[in-house]
Amino acid sequence: MEKSDEKNEFERTLNIKKAEKSKLAEEKLLGLANTLYNQFQQGIVPHISLPSRTKGNIEFSTKDDVWIYGDQETTRSVKTVRGAKTLLKTVHLAELLIKEHIKNNRGSTLREIYYISENWDIAKFHEQAESDRLIEDLEIVTALHREDFHVRPEEDGAAVFGPLRLKEQTRRGEREMHCQEDVGEAGYQIPFNVDNIEFLSHDAKMVMAIETGGMYARLIENGFDEEYNAILVHIKGQPARSTRRIIKRLNAELNIPVVVFTDGDPWSYRIFASIAYGAIKSAHLSEHLVTPTARFLGVQPSDIVDYNLSTDKLTDQDMQALRSELTDPRFNTPYWEKQIRLQIDLKKKAEQQAFAGKGLDYVTKTYLPERLTEMGII
Amino acid sequence: MEIAEELAKQQKAISVAEFFEKNRQILGFDSAPRALITCVKEAVDNSLDACEDAGILPDIFVQIKKNGEYYQVIVEDNGPGIVQEEIPRVFAKLLYGSRFHTLRQSRGQQGIGISAAVLYSQLTSGRPTKVISKIAPDRPARYCELLINTAKNEPEILKSEDMDWERPRGTRVELEMEGTYVRSRRQSVYGSLKSTAIVNPHARLTLVEPEGNVEVFERATESLPKKAYAISPHPDGIELGELIKLLRYTDKKKLRVFLKETFSSIGAISAQELCRLASLDPEEAPTGLDHEAASRLHCAFKQIKVKSPPVDCLSPIGEELIKAGLEKEFRLDYIATTVRPVSVYSGNPFLVEVGLGYGGELEKESRIELLRFANRVPLVYQQGACAVTHAVESVSWKNYSLGQPTGSGVPIGPAVLLVHIASTNIPFTSESKDAVADMPEILTEIDLGLKEVARKLRRYMSRQSVLSERREKEEIIRKILPRIAQKLSDVLERDVPDIGPVVAKIMGNLLVFRKVERNNGQLCVKIQVENHSELVRSFKLHEVLAVQADSVTPAAKVIPLGDGYDYHWKLSIGPGQSASLSYSIAAYGISLKELVVEGLEAEIVTGARVI
Repeated sequence: MEKSDEKNEFERTLNIKKAEKSKLAEEKLLGLANTLYNQFQQGIVPHISLPSRTKGNIEFSTKDDVWIYGDQETTRSVKTVRGAKTLLKTVHLAELLIKEHIKNNRGSTLREIYYISENWDIAKFHEQAESDRLIEDLEIVTALHREDFHVRPEEDGAAVFGPLRLKEQTRRGEREMHCQEDVGEAGYQIPFNVDNIEFLSHDAKMVMAIETGGMYARLIENGFDEEYNAILVHIKGQPARSTRRIIKRLNAELNIPVVVFTDGDPWSYRIFASIAYGAIKSAHLSEHLVTPTARFLGVQPSDIVDYNLSTDKLTDQDMQALRSELTDPRFNTPYWEKQIRLQIDLKKKAEQQAFAGKGLDYVTKTYLPERLTEMGII
Repeated sequence: MEIAEELAKQQKAISVAEFFEKNRQILGFDSAPRALITCVKEAVDNSLDACEDAGILPDIFVQIKKNGEYYQVIVEDNGPGIVQEEIPRVFAKLLYGSRFHTLRQSRGQQGIGISAAVLYSQLTSGRPTKVISKIAPDRPARYCELLINTAKNEPEILKSEDMDWERPRGTRVELEMEGTYVRSRRQSVYGSLKSTAIVNPHARLTLVEPEGNVEVFERATESLPKKAYAISPHPDGIELGELIKLLRYTDKKKLRVFLKETFSSIGAISAQELCRLASLDPEEAPTGLDHEAASRLHCAFKQIKVKSPPVDCLSPIGEELIKAGLEKEFRLDYIATTVRPVSVYSGNPFLVEVGLGYGGELEKESRIELLRFANRVPLVYQQGACAVTHAVESVSWKNYSLGQPTGSGVPIGPAVLLVHIASTNIPFTSESKDAVADMPEILTEIDLGLKEVARKLRRYMSRQSVLSERREKEEIIRKILPRIAQKLSDVLERDVPDIGPVVAKIMGNLLVFRKVERNNGQLCVKIQVENHSELVRSFKLHEVLAVQADSVTPAAKVIPLGDGYDYHWKLSIGPGQSASLSYSIAAYGISLKELVVEGLEAEIVTGARVI
């Protein structure tokens, strides 16, 4: 009896929250259309202003300790064919979101939206990247999330494994599970809308975000999650929004420290940056997705020397990426400055799997305990 | 006997025919494909020259036949024909011709070309050349079979007889020779005839290829080029040796008369002046001048300024026909042409004409096609050795909207460049007439001509970009804006907004609109005029009303019409400025007509009718 009440309560609040968000989304989208309409009526060349989404226009927000967009703006106006077409597509998209999604309580994936535009004649999207970008624009203009417009990404298969019990509101009802006991070897698959999850209980001392599937499987096989009470999150390369959101929620709601374990190359540092500082492309969502207290575990360039890891040579692109990171405001800390400069000197990079060269248990028995102790986690 | 005497026995004159027999590359018969091209070219050149001299529109038929291991070249024209006594020498004696001793523009100059082809034909196939020529419809045609006696450089006539020929007049020559027929590249019989057709738009050329394929290069004009007249040498740049030769062999008795009569552009006054400068007696006999006196006279030539040589010794193609010629053989978006004034090098008048075709179906990423012509004859070989090429390479084409990756060299882009040099004597680098020598005066003139057409191209390109900007704006206005407005009205469920004011802003137009308010049975009308252009706009604005209006501000001129009143304001509005006009009128039963703007173009006004 008690349990069923609790269940209804969870479902009801979720539904109310959703209805409110939908109403807000509709209002905001209509507001955007209204702005353009009024611009026509007042003889102002129709335009919308957006923060420019470049490395040069992100700044640190001391309020939330995350990187957000600065004051630089770009203007989309109908003065050019490109701008005019983009605005036409924006209005088409707003109509779809209001009339098809919100009013009918339906949704589409990003890919589906790209296909829906097939019928929009000159307003048709040329590639999915274009419609994805426009949806991000709408998020920025309305200060909402794409989920509020009932737009979802394709599932990307990122997963969680560890001492955590949670409850997920699925389309087929509520599901409760433990992320070690009730899941297969691959773990609990993160749904696209992480806000449909309620955390029930946990026994974790840390969250470890892991770049590669190989290392994630190694840690599970070696029983690292049980031994150290760690929630392992397989982030599958550049983490999707839902992955970053669940890490953020685990950190913010359950107060579990987060460490990020990736390869030792410039691209992996960017993965860490998107978790801890925010991504340049989605800095408007930083408050929602970013875990400012997340810390970089490794592989550090200094580990290459300290652990004498087997390495690959840096390519020209790698070197370029490292130099670009030196001018990236997110990496402007003494720690990163030192590590990046060291790597430029070494001209070498190492994968997570490089530890296997010293035995399959080396990473869980030696490297991780040493690093985690050094970081003060254990 | 002394050795010198022994050796002297072996000394003997070499006939010019023997010389060329051993040095055929000098005449352009150095390779099998080239031999065919040169042969056709020489025969066609002769036909064109003959037709033009006779005032006949050329109609030339060329056929190449494969005959066993040899090729048969047949060239037939509708020219004036050749009298029968002359036929053997014209075709079978080298350095025999009508043009060598006159200063006049013509294709042939030395009288080598066609006899060289006959020589090559007899060397390679051992067959005589067959010629048919007819000079009048009522006279029989003459048929000859000819060889060249190379030891003597004299024709050998194997056969000469009258025959029936269906043409009213004309000449047909048939040669058999070793050769190779190629088609695909520009260095081919086809390519060379195509080039010939471009600069001879008055000629019809028909080519029957070995496989029977027929190509006709049609005429682009029915009028013959202006006839070139023979002139005397021009004093500019004449060489000392030439002057001494002229002085020695003249039949004039007085130096004064010699100067006036021998040279073009020298009159009585210039002649006196020359004599004064050279400290010579004008009445002296020219034949008596010694080397020292002649060189004083030569110096004097350089000191005085004489007028340019007469133009009528040259026959330029003309801008119009260059354009027609290029249009005929290429698909192009734009053609620029120029004809330079007559200039002189070494006493020879010349002029340069340039045509530049752009766009169309030309290759965008490769080097431009360069068509070189001298006296209407295409130059096919040795492009790299030619003054035309050198002039083209030294122009900085990047300044004129063509690519030139290394900053010099033949430019890259969708263009074809035609350069024609017309002269009484083209300075070729060799007897095969492939390349024009780098005379500084000629290089300068080509350079000036190239830059003229290049500037025209640049103007065209910038005009194009203005037009494409205009087209872009039209696309926004016609296709995109109305759809945005329609969609907004769908989303908001409101009326479609008026896009007029926004259109005016984007197009930089003058925008005229009314705001009307109702007040105590009165209509208060406010007319707003905004100038969104970058220029001052001055015009009259008319408001035609059925009844008289009150409180018209600023005051308007009123002209009573039969059924109403024409209120009009004279306005002048600066860029970005606007004006407000207002009046009130009894509201009852009133309907406002469209505002009228007078004195501006319709495209730059939005919101009012334009008269």
